[in-house]
Amino acid sequence: MHNKTTGRFSTWILRAYIALVLVFVFSPLLASMVFSFNSDRFPSLPLGEFTTHWYKAVWNNDAVPEALRNSVIVSLCSAVLGTFIGFCTAYTDYRYQFRGKALYLGLALLPPTIPLVIMGLAMLAWLSRAGLSGTLFAIIIAHTVMCAPFAMALIRLRLQQIDPNLEAAAWNLGASEWRTMRSVIIPFTRPSIIAALCLTAAVSFDEFAVAWFVSGLNKTVPVVILEILQGNVDPQINAIGTFVFIISITLVVITQLIVMKQNKGHRHGR
Amino acid sequence: MGDDLVVFDSVEKHFGSFTAVRSLDLKIQSGEFVALMGPSGCGKTTTLRMLAGLDTPSAGEIRLNGERINEVPAHRRQTPMVWQSLALFPFLNVRENVEFGLKMLAVPEQERRTRAMDWLDRMEIAQFSERHIEQLSGGQRQRVALARALVTEPSILLLDEPLSALDANLVIRMQGVLTRLQRSLGITFIYVTHSQSEAFAMADRVVIMNEGEIAQVGSSRDIYRNPANRFVAEFVGRNNILNGDVRAQPGQTGHNQRPVPDDCIEVKTSAGTFQAAFNGQPPGNGSAVTLVVGADLASVTAAQPDTSNHVRATVISEEFVGAVVTLFMETDDGTEFKVQLQQRELDKLELETGTGLWVSWDVANTHLIQA
Repeated sequence: MHNKTTGRFSTWILRAYIALVLVFVFSPLLASMVFSFNSDRFPSLPLGEFTTHWYKAVWNNDAVPEALRNSVIVSLCSAVLGTFIGFCTAYTDYRYQFRGKALYLGLALLPPTIPLVIMGLAMLAWLSRAGLSGTLFAIIIAHTVMCAPFAMALIRLRLQQIDPNLEAAAWNLGASEWRTMRSVIIPFTRPSIIAALCLTAAVSFDEFAVAWFVSGLNKTVPVVILEILQGNVDPQINAIGTFVFIISITLVVITQLIVMKQNKGHRHGR
Repeated sequence: MGDDLVVFDSVEKHFGSFTAVRSLDLKIQSGEFVALMGPSGCGKTTTLRMLAGLDTPSAGEIRLNGERINEVPAHRRQTPMVWQSLALFPFLNVRENVEFGLKMLAVPEQERRTRAMDWLDRMEIAQFSERHIEQLSGGQRQRVALARALVTEPSILLLDEPLSALDANLVIRMQGVLTRLQRSLGITFIYVTHSQSEAFAMADRVVIMNEGEIAQVGSSRDIYRNPANRFVAEFVGRNNILNGDVRAQPGQTGHNQRPVPDDCIEVKTSAGTFQAAFNGQPPGNGSAVTLVVGADLASVTAAQPDTSNHVRATVISEEFVGAVVTLFMETDDGTEFKVQLQQRELDKLELETGTGLWVSWDVANTHLIQA
């Protein structure tokens, strides 16, 4: 009995702790959302009137739609490229055993562990040598590098669930290696490919530091936010922030739903 | 039965320093049901995979229909396989799984569908054609896997322990399905298994493998009654195996002071001295031999029997499977004896654990293996 009581007590402590963490993480976001509809120029209580003025202001601000367009292009391109590279790396890992594989995997997973400032500087130095600094290409390249490991991790997770005989079964039934890739491996990994596209799009869409280093005049949304903030305190930020947050969280939630579904399906299949 | 469909000619397979298959020679005729049987790691699955083109032989030649196929890629071989894990495509429904092989052969859609449905019908699972694989039971999945492999009308079907995941009742049913299927199609089945009952129940010919080599090829009866070596005798189980050396030739005086009969020799083992029949040239005195007596060919009596092969042993334990009882017994020197008898015969003996009994067997039923 004693154990059970302590068990229940610690469960409550844990729940409270998790609730606190969530409040801590989400209250600034929520505050930003609330103030984005508040008519007062400075965020303070009590709230002023409800308004969509800041959203209109953002819409009419030339810099923001431009940045939004850039962000969309960059995140779409780097999601597609990053997912493609991630898929290739994950498949190589699944299919082949070779000397130095651990090193190969280590390198493939390295980018997210590099401090962003270092990554930004290195990218800037390298891309300006290549004459690309300041172009959208530069941001796409940098973001592809940063996105690929996430895509690889997701797709690799899926490939680990594959019946090791599935590919061989397709060959055995007359499918060439390319045909097998098209009609077995890709259909099997499709959920994780979609998840990887969403996740990498979100990663790229949110990424500030490296984009700031290499973007030059072609700014993405996070870079523009910083510039507005540097100028003055402007509630437009709340409006942009809310908008960006909703896009990112949607992509991440879609990713999470796909991953959860595929894991559940896998357990069910066993 | 016809010509040799499959020929393994001195085939070897090494994985690094490990030899999975060594100098394998085997001919399989078309229309034959062959079982490859052996303990895990004996090379049976590697042999099957080499035939399917999933592993490449390190040496030797594999011929299919008289043509060397060592270099033919797996997808051009037409050697469909039923996998232990079934390896059904989880993202396709039942019908699409069966259609897969036809699609690879570029069979038009209408015909594909008709042929797939025919096979599903034949396997009695047509009503599940639009279901997902995970909605089927184990036995139904098995049938899908069979239909998927057979829909292209191959001349050979490879089966890699296909029944090992099913429960015992279903195994018996699927054995019936497989045997009937093989008979009606008249194609070659090569069936890899570690299960003796599966191999013996279905195969025309059983190939026993051990450590990458063939230990014996023969009918179920041959392998059961006339094991070629000690490994086969032990692997088949339910055999009493006695090691010893030859002490007397036909006509010489035996241990019971009587002359040894014409077609017999006398062998001294740790459990006693016994007589065994031989074919051809008898092994000379002093040569090491092994005697094998099937547990079902030995009998037990309370009184000392008058036959030349008998030994006193104590019952250690009993095992009941239906009306058949296996007595596990031990002689004074620690040699184990297994005797199989009917329940009703056991009832007559009225024995208790620890009872001493006489185990005896015919000289003619004593199988001699020359080491």
